[in-house]
This record gives sequence, C-alpha cells and structure tokens, in this order.
Amino acid sequence: MAERDPSFQTDALIAEDIDAYLEQHQHKSLLRFITCGSVDDGKSTLIGRLLYDSKMIFEDQLSALESDSKKVGTQGDEIDFALLVDGLAAEREQGITIDVAYRFFTTEKRKFIVADTPGHEQYTRNMVTGASTADLAVILVDARKGVLQQTRRHSYLVHLLGIRHLVLAVNKMDLVDYDQATFDSIVADYAAFAEEVGIETFTPIPISGFKGDNITASPSPNTPWYNGLSLIDHLETVEVANTAAQERSFRMPVQWVNRPNLDFRGFAGLITDGTVQPGDPVRIVPAGKTSKIKSISTFDGDLDEAGAGQSVTLMLEDEVDCSRGDVIAAADDPPEASDQFCATFVWMDEEALKPGRGYWLKLGNQMVTATVQPPKYEIDVNSLEHLAAKTLKLNAIGVAEFSTDRPITFEAYAKSRQLGGFILIDKFTNATVGAGMIEFSLRRAQNVHWQPTTITREDHAALKNQTPRVLWFTGLSGSGKSTIANEVEKQLALMNRHTFLLDGDNVRHGLNKDLGFTETDRIENIRRIGEVAKLMADAGLIVLTAFISPFRAERRMVREMLPEGEFVEVFVDTPLEVAEKRDVKGLYKKAREGQLKNFTGIDSPYEAPEHPEIRVNTVDMTPAEAANYIIQQILPLK
Amino acid sequence: MHTLTHLERLEAESIHIFREVAAETEKPVMLYSVGKDSSVMLHLARKAFYPAPPPFPMLHVASGWDFQALLDHRDKTVEEYGLDLIVAQNEQAEEQGINPFDTGSALYSQAQLTDPLKKALSEHGFDAAFGGGRRDEEKARAKERVFSFRSASHRWDPKNQRPELWNLYNTKKNKDESIRVFPISNWTELDIWQYIALEKIDIVPLYLSQKRPTVTRDGMLLVVDDDRFRLEKGEQPVERSVRFRTLGCYPLTGATESKATDMNAIIQEMLLATGSERQGRAIDKGQSASMEDKKQEGYF
Repeated sequence: MAERDPSFQTDALIAEDIDAYLEQHQHKSLLRFITCGSVDDGKSTLIGRLLYDSKMIFEDQLSALESDSKKVGTQGDEIDFALLVDGLAAEREQGITIDVAYRFFTTEKRKFIVADTPGHEQYTRNMVTGASTADLAVILVDARKGVLQQTRRHSYLVHLLGIRHLVLAVNKMDLVDYDQATFDSIVADYAAFAEEVGIETFTPIPISGFKGDNITASPSPNTPWYNGLSLIDHLETVEVANTAAQERSFRMPVQWVNRPNLDFRGFAGLITDGTVQPGDPVRIVPAGKTSKIKSISTFDGDLDEAGAGQSVTLMLEDEVDCSRGDVIAAADDPPEASDQFCATFVWMDEEALKPGRGYWLKLGNQMVTATVQPPKYEIDVNSLEHLAAKTLKLNAIGVAEFSTDRPITFEAYAKSRQLGGFILIDKFTNATVGAGMIEFSLRRAQNVHWQPTTITREDHAALKNQTPRVLWFTGLSGSGKSTIANEVEKQLALMNRHTFLLDGDNVRHGLNKDLGFTETDRIENIRRIGEVAKLMADAGLIVLTAFISPFRAERRMVREMLPEGEFVEVFVDTPLEVAEKRDVKGLYKKAREGQLKNFTGIDSPYEAPEHPEIRVNTVDMTPAEAANYIIQQILPLK
Repeated sequence: MHTLTHLERLEAESIHIFREVAAETEKPVMLYSVGKDSSVMLHLARKAFYPAPPPFPMLHVASGWDFQALLDHRDKTVEEYGLDLIVAQNEQAEEQGINPFDTGSALYSQAQLTDPLKKALSEHGFDAAFGGGRRDEEKARAKERVFSFRSASHRWDPKNQRPELWNLYNTKKNKDESIRVFPISNWTELDIWQYIALEKIDIVPLYLSQKRPTVTRDGMLLVVDDDRFRLEKGEQPVERSVRFRTLGCYPLTGATESKATDMNAIIQEMLLATGSERQGRAIDKGQSASMEDKKQEGYF
C-alpha cells in the first residue's frame, strides 16, 4: 500500500494543540483550480493522490477503494487513485469521467477546490463550466506523448475563460526514466504554442501522480535537475482572485432589495469588483443617478469597509430608484450600459444556435431577451483558424454580435469576469444553451436614441376611436388563415374600424423577398413582420397577419414586442390531413414528392400554440362562422 | 482590504445563492433537519436577509423516531428566531406497521422520509427547496449542481443537469419541475464545524458528548432515547459517554464513544477520526452507487 506523504500530515498539531491548528486553519485562503488533460493523462490519479495525501480520505472509503482497486482497477494490486474520484455509476462502468466534479482538500496554507473535467472532445461544455470559476489551471501532459491537440484545445479554452495562472504538469515522468531532455522538449513545444494563443506565462513542473514525484516536495530525488517548486508549493503561493479584483473600481450588482420596514431600505448583493466605504460617492447604472453610501449593513454589524467577494447590504443617503439588476458602482468610473455588444460564446446544446431567435440572457442579476446575429466566424479550437459559420453547434465556439431588448450593464470580460460573462437560456426548454464573454460594446446603442414623438400611439388610437390589436393568425399551409383573416377584415371595415391585413404570400413578394425557407430565414421573416405589425399598431390600426409562423419562439417574440394584451393569437386549427387534402396551391403534393424542402407539416415541424387567445376549427365552421366567432371574441375594441 | 479567508468566501457564496432563489423563484422552502448542516444553513439564511427574517418557511420531515433533544432544539430555535415551521410526517406509519426495527432500511427511508418529503413539497406547491447537501460527502454528490432540477415526480436525472458557469444560476423551470438548491455545496465537514465554532451557532446537544444509555447492535452503538426502543433478550442499556457525528432516526443512528464536550474537541476528534461521516448511517450501507439510486428516486 502506498505511503502517505509526510509533509501533508498535520496530525501531530491536531492531536497536540487543536486550538493552534484551528487558528491556523481559520486564516487559510481559498484557491479554486481546474485540472485538464487528455484521456489517460493520469488526471484522476493526480487528484486522487492529492486527496489521499492530504488525508481527505477516511478508512471506510479507503477500504472501499482497496477492494474496488482489485475488482476494477487498472493498476494491478496497487491502489487505483482514479477510482476515488470517478463518480456516477454509469461512468464508472465506462471507466471515464463524463462531467464536472468538485473536490476539496486542504494543506497547511490553503484550502483548495478542484474542478475535475473530462478530456474528451465532445465535452468542451464541461470544461468551460469548470474553468469559469477557477483561478488557475493545471494542464496535464503525458510525458510519453507530449503536447497533443487536446492539450492545445484545453489551454486555449482556459485562456479564453480568463484564467491567467497556468501550470503545465508533465506527468508520468516515471515512465520516461525522469529524462530531463524529454521534459525540456515538451516545455519548448508548449511555449511555442502558448505564444500563438496569447498565453503570457506558464509554470512547467515534471511530476508523477502515480509515484508522487514533485507533488508535495521538490526536487524529487528522481529529478535532481529540476529546481522549481513542487505542485503543491506552487498552488499554495499563487495569488488568489479576489485580491486582484479588489484593486479595480467598485461594482455591486443589486440582487435583492431588502425592505423589512419603513426605516430600512437596503440593496443586497455580492461585490464583484473593488472596495467600498461609507461616504463613497456611487452611481446607479444604467439610470445614472448618483448618491453616497450611508452604511454597509450586515448581520454582524455595520462595516467600515467591504470588498470584492463579499455579500453585503448597502444603504444609500438618498431615496434613489434602484432595483434588482441595477449596478451600484464607483461614481467616477461606472460600467457601461448598451443593448448591443460583440461576444465570444460557446454553444452548449444539442439543438444548434438559431440566429435571430430570442433567448433569455442572464448577466449579473439582469435577465433580458437577446438575439444573436449570424456568427462572424467560428473558431476551430484545434487550429485556432477562423471558419465561416451560419450557426454554432454543440461545443462550437464563435464570435457574434448580440442585441438585447433593453440596455444592460456590463464590462468587457477581460476586465471583469462577473460583469462580462453571461449565459443564454432557451425560452422553451429552459436549458442553458450557451455561455458568452463580452468583448466590447457596439457603440451604436449609445448613438441611436429613441426619438420621442409628440403624437403618441395613444393619440393615434384615440383619433381612430379604436383599440389597436394585432390579430396573429397561425396554422398550417391551407388551413384557411388568409380566407378567414380576409373575412374578419371585411366585417371590421363594415364596422368602420381601421384595419390592415398582412398576408404571407404578399409580404414575401416585397419586404421579405430576400429570404428563403430555412429555419433561420423563417425566423427573420417573422421578426420583420412583427416589427411592421408593431409600427402599424403604434399608428392605431387593427392589424391582421396570416402567416404559418410555425415556431412558438417567434410568435412569442412578437407577443413580447407589443404592449400587454395587444397581441391576439388566433390558431386556425385544421388537421394536417384536411389541409393536405385541400392543397389549394399544390404545395403539399410538391413537398411529398421532395420538390419543396422545409415544408411545414411534412419535413419541418409546426409547433401548435399552447394557449392561443382564440382557436377556430375550419372542419366544423365555415370561414364566415369562424370570422364571426373571432369578432365576438375581440369586441368592443374601444 | 484583507484577502478573504476560505470561510468568508464560502459564506459570501452561500448568501448569494439564498438571495438568488428568493429573488427568482415563487415559493421557496428550506429543508430543516435540525442537524449541524441545517443549523449552518439557517444561520446563513438569516445573514442573507438581515434585518428581515428569511422570506421562506422551514420544512422538517419528522420520522416519528427523532431524538427528543432534536425536537426540543427545533422548537426552541423556531420560537427564538420567529420562523415559520412546517412539519411533514407519515401519519399512517403505525397502521402500516412501519418502524425502524422491523422494516428494511430501504422501505423505511422511503416511507418515513422520502415520501412525506415529496408529499409536502407537492401539497404546498413549493417550487424550490434548499437542502444541506455537500459535495464532499459522497462521490455522487461531487457532481451535483448547486441548482438541481427534479421532475414532477421529484426524480433526479444525472444526465440532464444544466451547466453552471460563474455564479450565474439558471432558475427557469419547466411546468411541474421543481428545484433543489444546495447553498453549502462547496463546504466540507471541517468548514461546517469550524464555522459553527467561529459564529457560535447553537446546535443540538447530541453532537456533544455526555452520558447516555446505550446498547451495542450490529457493530453500532445505539442510544435508547425513549421507551419505544425494543431491547432484545439479554440486552441491558449501559451508560456511556457518547456523541453523534450525524443525526437520523435514533434507532438507526450510530453514536461514537467520545470525551468531546466542546467545539474544538469535536473538531479534533473529527480530524483524527478514521471513518467518514456517513459511516454511522444505516441507510447508506450497500453498494457504493446506492446514494445515486436513492437520489434518482427523490431522496435528498
């Protein structure tokens, strides 16, 4: 059985003077790091060894480990440390780690949280996740194999995620007879690559996770030629993240407004950057109002100072408007607010990015709707080449412009991880589908101001003596949308209502004649129609639209453009068999014969509305009956 | 400004998580087992919303076989901090013939803990529940997210969890889904004890050693907490100085012999101990993957 490394043993102090030990432990700082390596680089073994040497493993776990090692281990009769950290049952059977796992160990100087992430190509997503909270990355290289494509990919990713402390751990030195020339040549290879990516410095260490060389003490007798620190010594002494963050200008995104009674109105949040003291002048972004810090209130009493990494509650001198999502910042150096920016982002979902579709974007404590332009390019993480791309698929990384439905407060990711990193959420599955890092703001947002008009939309509506509406007809091709919409418009005209009918085929001849029928084009088609309908509703009209509009996300996008209650979804619920039998334009026949691609209902889905305001059925109703029914539902329109 | 210590960083992270759930979910609840992890969670929740009380109720799943000292501590704490307490319990246990002596451990924990928990969560319509799980407890937990999504039937799907980047939590949920939130995910057992000591958090006296009537059974030291404890033939309770590292149903929770009567002594024993925390719980015995199976069924 392997010996525990004596330098980890704090047992003596624990047994002799627990008070002294706890005093020491209480003042330890925290370092979060990520380990990355290719399959079989010995990553799990290294982590298992760190846990084992730092006594994070108890006897009962150890006996389970010993019996497991004999049963499924890959190290013969020796302990297979990797089994300590491989978690879920399914992956234990496959013998690979398939997710991010977090491990903990302590040395005399620090406490560590290790993000253990897999090396497989398809799991870029997990690595990016693990790297997002790490201050340092340990890149493992097998001394027998040298710098591989995976090594390059992992290094690029951790650099992209803003990790500036890199350790190149050349592992399995025991299997190359601790040969210095092998080590030196790997370091030289890596240095050349690092320069290409923009990695400024890295710390190379020759180790054996299995035998324990240069893990806790250096130099190992096997590597007398190595004169650097051991891995643990290095981890114990590098600077931790929140120290650097405290030197920047103050920022605290407001997370929760605490108002237990009339006398207390506090703004609670986690300070992301800088420090703050009572009396400091601050600015509330994006509104721009200024005030001063009255007090820093906590459960443990008011503080004289607080800094990055602390969760506090701030009270302000003035009664300013401030709510969740706003950022309280240094008055003389606030972050910017914009509704357009450029970002590098990673796609994390099986379903590819849909440019033009609205996704939830969460940044700081702000949640907005964002649309992504078609990527400027995709980055090949192996060659770092820029590839042309129309979308991004799972695990792809690209650069694109984003626009949000209202201005958000942010900073470049290079300046602040907490105010520059965001996630994208699919509005239907609610899955986290992407993660991005803001590069820079597109200043357009600050230059294009809304033109306030004297005659408001309410004035327009009042002049017409009606309430604007957008009656959004959706349904399969041939379901009867245009026929019914036309009928509704005729009846409204008889009632002296001012209307306008936007019809699918007609719009495609003009406004949208540059668009085809791919999913991306269909999304853009609906977006433009939505914008036009909105302008017409602003002008006071009752707008009728007749488009297949097959995707829920786009219909919802239009709904969200309009004031509450103005969007009326009319579902023309005709079964596919019926619509196909009618086949007024002969399109179904063509689609069935394969002459028409992406035809809704045949080889492209129709997502039926879940809660339409109005549903009509053209099997049981004539178009006139359906129109009457719709009008009854929307009256009085005043 | 000084460099924050690891405990200060952990505290700030946990408070951030509490506030995030309060801000983004409709009806959160905190699972309050009255144990040491729950006591730390309650303390953090009080800090997060100070001077207001935590804006959610506490839910205690009582098995009916809880230590009396634990129930007393619960009631005292609720009273002192003005908390809103909900107690969930399987009222039919007796007629169903379920008890910790005759019922197998799997069925027992299902009937007395898992089912009442699921029932209470569904009945009250809680959409988020704070739990005290820590990643250092067990291998399956090391991969658990801070925000863990459960289906309408409270099942956990380890293959379908959302990535968590930075400190951005996606709290959007599908209809009928609920979220389990683990604010102390990144704390270790040592952190918990040290924080209790530093913050002078009041904990159930069962964690401290004192003379208690005990019997030895299946290699476990059990405390005879009340007269419902079924003594086997020839068994005679013996007074021993014992304490608990973890608290469950008293007939199923093993005590350890100990002289530790203050916090530092407890920590010393813990650090010098050779068995992991869950060793004292009958429920976890079985294959190493069994915790995952339980979690998929909805055990916290």
